[in-house]
Amino acid sequence: MILGRIAGSVVSTIHHPVVNGRKLLLAERLDTAGEPTGGYVIAMDVVGAGHGEAVLIIDEGNGARQVLEDPTAPIRAVVVGIVDGLEIVSY
Amino acid sequence: MLLGRVIGTVVPAVVVEGLDGTPMLWVQPLDRQCEPEGRPIICADGTRMAGPGETVYWVESREAALTLDPWFVPVDHAIVGLVDEIKNDPPDDEPGFP
Repeated sequence: MILGRIAGSVVSTIHHPVVNGRKLLLAERLDTAGEPTGGYVIAMDVVGAGHGEAVLIIDEGNGARQVLEDPTAPIRAVVVGIVDGLEIVSY
Repeated sequence: MLLGRVIGTVVPAVVVEGLDGTPMLWVQPLDRQCEPEGRPIICADGTRMAGPGETVYWVESREAALTLDPWFVPVDHAIVGLVDEIKNDPPDDEPGFP
């Protein structure tokens, strides 16, 4: 899983049917310190994450299809958790 | 999934069975400010609606083939949808970790 922060959303009307009724969030990737790395990912939301929140994102197809309960969903990134805090004790 | 801009089309003469008639488009990957980032890729168009100049979001790896019908085809990048609007924080609006 990767750590991200919801930086926006993507609106689309022409898309694969699996996107119908679901929300696509634009999440910037965060490093271990919680700072943006410069990367981003467009992820489907299943937990109701809001703007600015730190989130956990899976970026792997089998897990995504399992979460979406659709064995043919062409989706790889799904927001699966909202992060409350982050602590690194040592490397 | 990542953002991209369709910059052209590719017309294959011969394709493997199952990919006949599938549109193939050149897509320039974009960063989240919609600036070009990296080298263009060729995406299969699962929506069959994308054209040059449009902003799209695309998926890579095994999931790309799942946008198509039949889905058991050798495709590694595909367009999942067309972007109408992107709501996006400006890059300097970066609140720290909660």
